[in-house]
Amino acid sequence: MMFEKAMTEGLRPKSLPSAAGQSLRMFKQDGVWGKRLLLGAVLIWFGFLVLLPVGEIVLDALSDGVIPFLTALHTPAARHAFWLTLWITIVSVLINTFFGLILALVLAQQKFRGKTFLNGLVDLPLAVSPVVAGFMFIVLFGQQGWLGRWFEQGGIQIVFAVPGMVLATIFVSLPFVVREVVPVLMECGLEQEEAARTLGASRWQTFWRITLPSIRWGLAYGVTLTTARSLGEFGAVLVVSGSIIGRTQTATLHIHQEFNDFHFQGAFSASLVLAAVSFLLLIIMELVKKHVGNGQTLVR
Amino acid sequence: MSSPTIKGQQASRPELVNRSIAIGYIGLMVVLPILAISTQAVGEGLSRLWQDLIQPEALFSLRLTFLMALIMVILNSITGTATAWVMVRYRFPGQSLINALIDLPFAIPTIVTGLMLVILYGPQSSIGTFLTAHGVEVIYAKPGIVLALLFVTFPFVVRAVQPVLMEMDRDMEEAAITLGAKRWRVFFRVVLPSILPAILTGAAQAFSRALGEFGSVVMVAGNIPMKTQVAPVFIYGEIESYNARGALGVSMVLLASSFVILLLLNIMQNWGRRHDV
Repeated sequence: MMFEKAMTEGLRPKSLPSAAGQSLRMFKQDGVWGKRLLLGAVLIWFGFLVLLPVGEIVLDALSDGVIPFLTALHTPAARHAFWLTLWITIVSVLINTFFGLILALVLAQQKFRGKTFLNGLVDLPLAVSPVVAGFMFIVLFGQQGWLGRWFEQGGIQIVFAVPGMVLATIFVSLPFVVREVVPVLMECGLEQEEAARTLGASRWQTFWRITLPSIRWGLAYGVTLTTARSLGEFGAVLVVSGSIIGRTQTATLHIHQEFNDFHFQGAFSASLVLAAVSFLLLIIMELVKKHVGNGQTLVR
Repeated sequence: MSSPTIKGQQASRPELVNRSIAIGYIGLMVVLPILAISTQAVGEGLSRLWQDLIQPEALFSLRLTFLMALIMVILNSITGTATAWVMVRYRFPGQSLINALIDLPFAIPTIVTGLMLVILYGPQSSIGTFLTAHGVEVIYAKPGIVLALLFVTFPFVVRAVQPVLMEMDRDMEEAAITLGAKRWRVFFRVVLPSILPAILTGAAQAFSRALGEFGSVVMVAGNIPMKTQVAPVFIYGEIESYNARGALGVSMVLLASSFVILLLLNIMQNWGRRHDV
């Protein structure tokens, strides 16, 4: 790299700079049409692939006006589904934030045998098909499963009930907090924590006063991603729930059910609400992104 | 760094507690479920698992899944790289909005994606009617599967390539142009080699996601065995009809694929890191 720089800046003969400048200008000029073509192609592709379908759901949900849109959301099944989604999301976010923080601290600040392996396992839920994830929990917590047998004796049903859906949601949204907090922790280093400890702060004080403030935006980003994923999870929850109407339906399962029953307004209305919430989360993510370094730690 | 926690010395008690909690959590939530399903799969012997796997419907669903994911990944690598290029190198009105909207496919629930595509391209829509009249089936057909996969995996390649392009030194490009190289030549000889690891990383993530995608595909493709039934939909169908054995073989193949891709991604990341410095 240094060599090239030296070549183009220091060592070149006196006649070259103007020639170079000219060819660069030409490059920019004859690039204009190519540029416009590429820009146009990218925008059209993006519009067709992503924006067009999103626009369609807005139009369809509101095609008969606001009243049918709201009525479809006001049915007991719809309301129940949204409440269940809300609760499952809250539980999943709380649990994954708590354990995610501990995991991030361990992965970023400790060294031990098998750490690389643990690090790889954290990513696994992102790679596993949601259907397979749900299936795994059925096998583990089903009547004959290793843990299911045990819960059966205690009279607690996990699979085909809300606890199973919570577990499946926790599984699929597990990596986000860890993945967003680890790079921030690595960047911060340990100096400040050590200084605080040397000055006599307790572990708790150090965590609340030093560590947490420095990772807060990374954590916020991770929590937002966890929320988005928990709200929208479908496959894993469908498999685990057994889809019993009214009792174990989340918002995404409700959409599926309504669509299969030809209650299109119901499916469209619920979809628009979920899409709007996702959009809101996206805006929050954009706002948070501005605070996390140059935003490059986020895209992975 | 002379930090006692990183180098030498025994870990302190709170550190050990944290480490045990972390390992315990992953053990319970990730390792145990995978062990349970794997044990169940090989419980009646490997030959039984093989028998389950070579059922025509099972084999077809796996082949279809890999084929659709492959088509998607090729298209997405090209469009994703182009999108990243436009976002980093060009300035145009509305750019920051579009840049934010690129993540939309990750934020929208997959079932909503599926529903959107069904109403947009389905038989009742004007686009659907037009396409059917011209002999193109999208919904309940293979193009619909590719379309759904393209949608849900769109951000991967873009977001992998963008930071690399941003950090890239433009001296080399300018030197090449000064020396008289054509623009496309500069792209293929100078730019592409340095962003290739990023493209491959994004492509591998997209591929892995596509293998497991369920919500959008089950809406768009339906559940037609030997025609549009992809592997995750096949597994779901088998579980629905209380045929856990049928689901186990295909599940194990998907799980193994996830492992392999994850491993490749890790190797690729290490490789990229080594070449950065």
